[in-house]
Amino acid sequence: MTIATAPDTRPQSIKHWGGLLLAAVIWWVLYLLNQPFWDWLVGRVFGLDLTSRLGSGVQFFFLDTVKILLLLAGIIFIVTVLRSFMSVERTRALLGGKREGIGNVLAAGLGVVTPFCSCSAVPAFIGFVASGIPLGVTMSFLIASPLVNEVAIALLLGLFGIGPTLLYVSAGLVIAILAGYVIGRLKLERWVEPFVFETKLRGKIIDSTAGLTWDDRIQMGIEEVGSILRRIWPYLLVGIGLGALIHGWAPQDFFARYAGADNPFAVLIAVLIGIPLYSNAAGILPLIDALYAKGMPMGTLLAFMMATVALSLPEMILLRRVLKPKLIAVFVSVTAIGIIGVGYLFNAIL
Amino acid sequence: MNIKILGAGCANCINLEKAARLAASELGIDATFEKVTDYADIASYGIMRTPGLVVDEQVLLAGRVPTAAQVKELLAPLVG
Repeated sequence: MTIATAPDTRPQSIKHWGGLLLAAVIWWVLYLLNQPFWDWLVGRVFGLDLTSRLGSGVQFFFLDTVKILLLLAGIIFIVTVLRSFMSVERTRALLGGKREGIGNVLAAGLGVVTPFCSCSAVPAFIGFVASGIPLGVTMSFLIASPLVNEVAIALLLGLFGIGPTLLYVSAGLVIAILAGYVIGRLKLERWVEPFVFETKLRGKIIDSTAGLTWDDRIQMGIEEVGSILRRIWPYLLVGIGLGALIHGWAPQDFFARYAGADNPFAVLIAVLIGIPLYSNAAGILPLIDALYAKGMPMGTLLAFMMATVALSLPEMILLRRVLKPKLIAVFVSVTAIGIIGVGYLFNAIL
Repeated sequence: MNIKILGAGCANCINLEKAARLAASELGIDATFEKVTDYADIASYGIMRTPGLVVDEQVLLAGRVPTAAQVKELLAPLVG
């Protein structure tokens, strides 16, 4: 490789750090001014009564859109930069040789911090299994990765604060660990497509994060924000729109009456609805925000969100390449049971 | 020079191919381009994150989309 160094490396880095600092300050200012601005614009300039249905619905829509965009940009950027220090290849190396139990815990934790997009689910699965990592451990990784994702964490943090966020992360980890462990114990290797075990991993293992400079990482962070926002903005608008409707038009304790903590089926129904729903966290959370304000319990809502985010039809279709339908069914059921359990548990303790 | 793009067709793979083609043309390399979309084949190269860039059966890069300039840096030593 050539060793030409850019002559102005240092001033360029300082420029980048200065730019980052400026961006952070601007972000904070926008975040703090968000509510007062929309109160003023919708209340004074548009002349809507903020306590009326139309007024509060409209204000909710704009307020949440800006708040969520800011949160998403901030957290995606930070998480992507942090994650650029971690790679799937290194995860595989770390997991190699660990037995079940410990392996599941490690896999779930790594699933959260390892950068992972759903299109890599299949190559990652093959890569793990073909290199000897137990099926259950691989499953823990595959469940944790989409279940505990940074978009959901960002939004929970911004909309509900640190408490529910921590609950969500720990619940996601526990579900991933237990589900993976159970699947491993059931010895379902025969339900994996045979070619996976026969895949010969030839060639050098490439660590995709080797040799990245800070500028590279910052660049990746910015690109990831753009790419995620570009992908999810329709879901976001639909979710916020629905949330605004509920916010403005549903009676105050509507959901508490029908889906409140004393309805024993609420969690079950919420999860069953959530499983086939294909949305990402950004679309679901504004909806959850509005539902919560109308009286739905947090446990039921978290279960609904997890069911929507962790299991989706597109992912199942992808996994069909490597898992036989029976294993997919087990995968979905075990995860769903875990989520349902978490939902009831949280409703009980919150 | 044989250049393979490993990936199942998501936007990242398409962008990698664009960057690779641009880099190859800027370096004046006459390369054949192949798209590998079968998961078993992709995994056999040892990569776990798509997209992947394989040149003359050597994996040069996997897991992110480089700029054309970065692909050029990777390809340049292999020319001639």
